[in-house]
Amino acid sequence: MIKTQKISKTFRIGKKGQTELQAVQNLTLEVDKGEVFGFLGPNGAGKTTTVRMLTALIRPSTGQAQIAGYELGKQDTEIRRNVGILTESPGMYERLSAEKNLTIFANLYDVPDVAQAVNKYLSMLGLWERRYDAVGSFSKGMRQKLAVARALIHEPQILFLDEPTTGLDPEAAKTVRNFIEELKTQGRTIFMTTHNLDEAERLCDRVGIFRQQLLTLDTPANLRKQLFGRKVVFHLREVNPIWVEEVSKLDGISHVEIVENKLVVSMQDPEQSNPIIIQYLVGVGAQILFVGELRHSLEQIYLEMVKTSQGGSL
Amino acid sequence: MRHIRTIIDKEWAEVFKNRMVIMTMALLPLLFTAIPLLMLAFTGNGSQSVDLPAQSSGLPAGFLAACEDMNANECMQVYLLNQSMLMFMMMPLMIPTTIAAYSIVGEKTTRSLEPLLATPITTLELLAGKSLAAFIPGVLITYGAYAVFLIGTHFLKISAAVRAYLLSPVWFLGILLLGPLLAVIGTMFAIFISSRVSDPRVAEQLSGLVILPLMLVLGIVLAGLLVINLWFMLISILVCALVAYALLHLGTIVFDRENILTKWK
Ligand SMILES: Nc1ncnc2c1ncn2[C@@H]1O[C@H](COP(=O)(O)OP(=O)(O)OP(=O)(O)O)[C@@H](O)[C@H]1O
Ligand SMILES: [Mg+2]
Repeated sequence: MIKTQKISKTFRIGKKGQTELQAVQNLTLEVDKGEVFGFLGPNGAGKTTTVRMLTALIRPSTGQAQIAGYELGKQDTEIRRNVGILTESPGMYERLSAEKNLTIFANLYDVPDVAQAVNKYLSMLGLWERRYDAVGSFSKGMRQKLAVARALIHEPQILFLDEPTTGLDPEAAKTVRNFIEELKTQGRTIFMTTHNLDEAERLCDRVGIFRQQLLTLDTPANLRKQLFGRKVVFHLREVNPIWVEEVSKLDGISHVEIVENKLVVSMQDPEQSNPIIIQYLVGVGAQILFVGELRHSLEQIYLEMVKTSQGGSL
Repeated sequence: MRHIRTIIDKEWAEVFKNRMVIMTMALLPLLFTAIPLLMLAFTGNGSQSVDLPAQSSGLPAGFLAACEDMNANECMQVYLLNQSMLMFMMMPLMIPTTIAAYSIVGEKTTRSLEPLLATPITTLELLAGKSLAAFIPGVLITYGAYAVFLIGTHFLKISAAVRAYLLSPVWFLGILLLGPLLAVIGTMFAIFISSRVSDPRVAEQLSGLVILPLMLVLGIVLAGLLVINLWFMLISILVCALVAYALLHLGTIVFDRENILTKWK
């Protein structure tokens, strides 16, 4: 659905545009039909720039891309017809009603039955009661819902969501998130940027960590494994330091350390190693209180990646 | 066509909720039809009154040549009408300017340009929609005000010579042709200006500069150095047509999507 080959974007900034700023560098990416792809990166990483390029709003400086089977730069109108975008700041016509706002966009997207589409999305996003009210009187959450409705009004195959939940309170964020989950079940391809890593983990099939370049790209689970392996924590009544050395010698164990009364063991495959470790610990007379896996949140992975990519630049 | 209609409809729905725009659209025509009507009413006491020759009217010498065989009173009225004509031309200039300025700056302050540009609308359709939304009310109001003015003169006692001047091709060409051309110029000028600034009032004031050339002509007319005759009108139409064409052409070059999105700030 989305394919890019080494797309880059360089802006000319400064007084006379003499300074070049490379916002995106050689991004090569492929997002399949029905996939939810998360695009993670710190402020100024170039996420919005990427979304704008892929929705034919700004031209890549170099590189090619195919969106929904259409060539970027050559079939832009077709691309625009087939993608929906929730922009970073979802500007609305403040003096006009929610219904009017949607009607305008339905017309611009050449939707065949405007009234039907508008009504469908107004009720789907819970804005039906307020449909005749000026958007200027809407809360941030309501605006965001309306913006989502606007992005969907022409039933696009691909949906770009630029920070869909940023700035929303937990409840509004949850509504939007649930809605994205629902879209996922409808088989739409979704490309979302976010700072919220739990959100990415929950919603996305794959995640790309990005900062000017793509740093890594994988499923959230693999990313976690790739960076840290897996850690299992054995809570014991008492710890004997000698066990550290003995457990380290067991098969498939990469690292063992003691934290308070816990033995923290890094390993490749807990299903293989846990029984052996437990057997050993029971054998040496340790009292095991709990066993649990220490989960690294994507947050930690992300911070790690971004930190290492930082180098001397910023 | 559907896209252009949608834009026009949207502009009108938004902009006609703006008090400044409504004021401009209501006040200008009121003022510029009332003033010449009142002037005619107060200066015109019928053709049979004091039959002094035009020379004794005290009007600038340059103007007298235009009066030919009118009497002083008639000549005075034609002189005043000449100026009213120019005032009238402020309508097709200022109304579209105000509408366009508010529409573009409004789009910028609400940050609604990006979602708009993400739709399949072409840049030309977008510009056409925005321009027409400003142009149409400007022209219609001018035509309407002129119609009201003409009807109004029927209730006044006006000499045959003055009426002939009023119904001469000069006025018709001015209202019917020059008016729309000025409306195009005002619209495009406002679009250019307001794509560069972010405060609607600043945009409006800067766009107001577009009436300066008109004021200059008015000054020259007042000084009696210029009479608005058929030739002057035809030349004005030609010049304005060229300017309007150049501005439209420039618009299609300057405003591409990326420019609109990243430079209209
Ligand atoms: N139109 C533009 N002209 C010049 N520079 C730009 C333009 N748009 C973006 N940039 C620059 O490109 C870089 C990437 O910006 P971008 O908005 O894509 O980042 P982002 O990842 O979306 O950040 P955020 O998380 O803050 O939204 C920034 O340094 C920004 O200043
Ligand atoms: Mg961004």
